[in-house]
Amino acid sequence: MSKTHLELTGVEMAFDTPKGPFVALDNINLKIQKGEFVSLIGHSGCGKSTVLNIVAGLLQATKGGCVLNGHEVNSPGPERAVVFQNHALMPWLTVYENVELAVQQVFRKSMNKQERRDWIHHNLELVNMAHAADKRPGEVSGGMAQRVGIARALAMKPSVLLMDEPFGALDALTRAHLQDSLMEIQQELNNTVIMITHDVDEAVLLSDRIIMMTNGPEATVGEDLYIDLPRPRNRVTLADNPEYVHYRQEVLRFLYEKQRKLEHISPRRSGKPETPEQEQSESRAARA
Amino acid sequence: MTTITSATNTSQPPRWLGQRLKSLGESLTPSQLAANARQMLLPLLGILVFVGFWHLAAPQVDTSLGSFPGPAQVWEQAGQLWQEHANQRERADKFIAMQEERNARILADNPQAEVKIRNYPGAPTFPDQIITSLVTVLAGFMVATAIAVPLGIVVGLNQHFQAAVNPLIQVFKPVSPLAWLPLVTMVVSATYVSDDPMFEKSFLTSMITVTLCSLWPTLINTSVGVAAVNPDLLNVSRVLRLSFWTHVRKVVLPSSVPMIFTGLRVSLGIAWMVLIAAEMLAQSPGLGKFVWDEFQNGSSESLSRIMVAVLAIGFIGFVLDRMMLLIQRKVAWNE
Repeated sequence: MSKTHLELTGVEMAFDTPKGPFVALDNINLKIQKGEFVSLIGHSGCGKSTVLNIVAGLLQATKGGCVLNGHEVNSPGPERAVVFQNHALMPWLTVYENVELAVQQVFRKSMNKQERRDWIHHNLELVNMAHAADKRPGEVSGGMAQRVGIARALAMKPSVLLMDEPFGALDALTRAHLQDSLMEIQQELNNTVIMITHDVDEAVLLSDRIIMMTNGPEATVGEDLYIDLPRPRNRVTLADNPEYVHYRQEVLRFLYEKQRKLEHISPRRSGKPETPEQEQSESRAARA
Repeated sequence: MTTITSATNTSQPPRWLGQRLKSLGESLTPSQLAANARQMLLPLLGILVFVGFWHLAAPQVDTSLGSFPGPAQVWEQAGQLWQEHANQRERADKFIAMQEERNARILADNPQAEVKIRNYPGAPTFPDQIITSLVTVLAGFMVATAIAVPLGIVVGLNQHFQAAVNPLIQVFKPVSPLAWLPLVTMVVSATYVSDDPMFEKSFLTSMITVTLCSLWPTLINTSVGVAAVNPDLLNVSRVLRLSFWTHVRKVVLPSSVPMIFTGLRVSLGIAWMVLIAAEMLAQSPGLGKFVWDEFQNGSSESLSRIMVAVLAIGFIGFVLDRMMLLIQRKVAWNE
């Protein structure tokens, strides 16, 4: 076994709410090797995004911590690049300029102008977006914008790439396209990736390992499943591969039997479901 | 403001219509013709109906200076005002030319002599007053912008600062220019003492009053725009570890430009309204003083001349707003 690249130890996350502290995560322990593609899966509101934000340094764990390459993580940084769900491109910059903003910031000293320009183009080509370099994010489709978001993150040469439901906002066909592209890129670059998803097929197809999280509050790692399928993977041939089907069932069983989410569907408004509230408090805390 | 905007937008045929026109040559479908006609004719029709109503209603209103002026009298006085301006110009040119001749003669006799050229002492004409007003309003507006935008950014970025400043903004925002004016006048005459003043005191008084009244919309809109930057973009900035200045320059400012410009347009509109009132009350040169002088003058033409000023004020306000809109289209990314 190679040595641990990223380690989460005893991570607890509590948010202050008017009703007292809300413990979203409790005692999360996780070791990730270099080059591993790890998916975090769980029902909405279970704190997947919170885990990712702690690794990104956008949130500070109330207990425990995160160590990357032997350094403790306590603030955000480009070595932990994030791909956001809604691309998060600056709408006033062109596709090229968006990547440039990152490259300029990260390689200001180590690359000269020409090298930076080549590096930006290289990353845009990697995601097949070189043809739209001069377009604004508003002028390209959601899938294309997300490709640029990925290019921007890759251009930072991150030690670990963090993806927060990167394909969640896309339609099924676009999503499949982007998953294939991501697999190709991953084959080539062998990045360490943590991806949040709620899509079982996506998790099994892309990952080396799936971390299944229990339902919140006080969510933690439920099961840790290694996906031992040969690469390159093909979604069509895998569809009736018995191993693939088995992995898929494992995840489904965890999500819908062991951790079945009890949605409070009440005809009256009084029984407010728990999830949106939780998510709101999470996102509020992330903004603060 | 919105109705004016939409009216002028529709007065131009949209781009797709232009393309259709090209592809179809002159053969327009009846529905397109009708749409075209509507876009051109309706604003014109509105103006015609208004002028007609004005023409009929004006003679019914009797004042101590005769009946209220109709469109014809106002038009006549507009020409009259222009004629006066032209005459004044001619006299001023002659006055200057005379002095230059005299100076040349003096210098020919004695090359060491000090010569001066005095400005023409005649009263400012209507166009002169318009220019004075425009200069004053633009100066006041620029000072207001120079204060409001940076302050708005600081307020928008810092919640604590915002909490501290917000009550002040809310209290000062609704203050009428007429309340500020006496204070500003007194402070300016007490503090701006110089043998060779760069600006007239009256100019400073009006300008500062304009600034005080017009900076609020820009300030508030800037702070709201800055506070409303998409949290994802803020996170991108944090992940990239942008420095404070880069963060403000590359993320916060561009993101709030649309809001800032909305504020600037409201501010400029307020600045123009405030200026007229300030000039009227302070007797400082400009369109406001023109209106007040005509009112005091009380000749049979005064009302018509005031009406000319009213229309000019409205038209200039409209043009100023259009100019801001053009700048906004150049600068803002969402246009």
